[in-house]
Amino acid sequence: MSAHGGELAGERAPEVAARLRLHGQPVAGAGDRRLDAEPARETVFEIRDVAVHYGSSQALGWTTLDIHRHEVTAVIGPSGCGKSTFLRSLNRMNDTIPNFRLEGEVLYRGHDLYAPATNRVEVRRRIGMVFQKPNPFPKSIYDNVAWAPRNLGMRAGLDERVERALRHAALWDEVKDRLKQSALGLSGGQQQRLCIARAIAIEPDVLLLDEPASALDPIATASIEELMHTLKHRYTLVIVTHNMQQAARVADRTAFFALDLSGSQRVGTLIEYAPTRTLFTNPSDPRTRDYITGQFG
Amino acid sequence: MALSASALRDRAPRTAGTPLRPSGNLRRRMALSRALEAVATAAALFAVALLIDVAVTVITNGAPAISFAFLTQSANGLSGGGIANALLGTVVMVVFGAAIAIPVGILVGLFLTEVAGPRSRLAHLLEVVLDMLQGVPTVVVGIVVFGLIVVPQQKETGFAGAIALSIIMLPLIARASQQVLAVVPPSFRQAADALGVERWRTVIGVILPAAAGGILTGAILAVARAAGETAPLLLVDSLYHPNAIQLQPFGNGVPSVPMFIYTTYDLPSVSGITLAWGAALVLLTGILVANVGARLMLSRTRRRMGL
Repeated sequence: MSAHGGELAGERAPEVAARLRLHGQPVAGAGDRRLDAEPARETVFEIRDVAVHYGSSQALGWTTLDIHRHEVTAVIGPSGCGKSTFLRSLNRMNDTIPNFRLEGEVLYRGHDLYAPATNRVEVRRRIGMVFQKPNPFPKSIYDNVAWAPRNLGMRAGLDERVERALRHAALWDEVKDRLKQSALGLSGGQQQRLCIARAIAIEPDVLLLDEPASALDPIATASIEELMHTLKHRYTLVIVTHNMQQAARVADRTAFFALDLSGSQRVGTLIEYAPTRTLFTNPSDPRTRDYITGQFG
Repeated sequence: MALSASALRDRAPRTAGTPLRPSGNLRRRMALSRALEAVATAAALFAVALLIDVAVTVITNGAPAISFAFLTQSANGLSGGGIANALLGTVVMVVFGAAIAIPVGILVGLFLTEVAGPRSRLAHLLEVVLDMLQGVPTVVVGIVVFGLIVVPQQKETGFAGAIALSIIMLPLIARASQQVLAVVPPSFRQAADALGVERWRTVIGVILPAAAGGILTGAILAVARAAGETAPLLLVDSLYHPNAIQLQPFGNGVPSVPMFIYTTYDLPSVSGITLAWGAALVLLTGILVANVGARLMLSRTRRRMGL
């Protein structure tokens, strides 16, 4: 298997993915590939032939792609194409949905996220998530950020930890004088940055963002996007967005999902996965071209 | 499409020129609506009037009995005295009963909302049982406790009374807790889940604090209800020294305000009746204050949760 096998598999799924399945052991190959790869291309997630079903309906069809460290990976596509399902599969937030079933493998740094021995609480400790609607706890600003570290045994230097998280979320200057006040008194954009601060306070490895700016006004959106550029130096970010311009602005790589007919069902399918510039300027699939030029979606 | 564009054009002007007053069937519906609104308003006013009547009767009859001595002296049979020992006894029994019913009730509520899934058969069964328990006549609760505790011990005790009151409080607290916990926004749980914190820590650190006011409200309402219960006490805690303060619930009967009202009203004296009204006024005031306080607390909780 070549050093770029994963990348190719992502771009030319499903034929290449099928070949990989036939020829190689993706799990065993994962370690080798990481050794060969240059540091900038360190792989965090290897998603191998993942399909998601809710009961008898399939939400996501056979998806294979790699997500790289210290990059922003955007997931775009029309409504109902499985973007959020895909994102939530990366930290097992779908587990509580009745009849959720995942086939294939999601490897996080070589470890199978869905292996029986994998603890999903531990998974989420390392792979944090920010939701579409800001959801601060009904506690003070300080306690929102400090709550998870306290519960995870990171009590030493808690004040510094809270300050650091708020600084990294570009919120510190706005709230440093009212840390004891309720988080519910913040504006929507501030609340969302607080949620980001809360997520990074436990120093996760990956941050998943599910349309983090879609409930915010343009100014707050701009501040969140700017934040993503700085956060990627420290974390690996995966962002689902409705907004193609947003993907073009913040993402290093972009995955385009769309609904595809599989048998009689319409199933969310990965159409194209490429560096953002390539995907937006020279898409290889006509459906991608139609979507990014506004022909549908 | 059934209607062609020309058909629509033909129909449109028919009402176009007429004044914007209700016509035809709308007029009839509006009359019916107004009639029903009037009936509903009358029923609501009637309910309020009844409550006011109860309050006025209790106040006019009870007020003459109220004095500092009435509240601070123990009962003294026909020669008057006060309700201090009965009040303290009621407090002891209610606190004891609440100490059992509140934790168990909250745990039952947590089981229903946080542990059992939405389609859990056990949870559904538990809900039915709680509703049945809530509907059980309190005199039946009294008999059960009589058989379980009074008969083996061969004496009536404040402890038996407290147990009976806790059985009456439990379904109220459990159901109230369940309802409050159910409206804690799921986004709180989701946020906590995404932080890699175990669920039980989330329950203690986020969900219970968010619901605390509402749960407390339910508990206060249950306590207020239990404080006025008479039937079970008649069976399990009616033999006590009527004129002495008795705070030790094990091994002794403990006096209570409802039993004071019941026994004093039967005394062959006019002053006894006044004393009973006085005690009723104290009981009613306590329950009213608890209710109002509980509602205030509930509205505060709802604000906190952003509802």
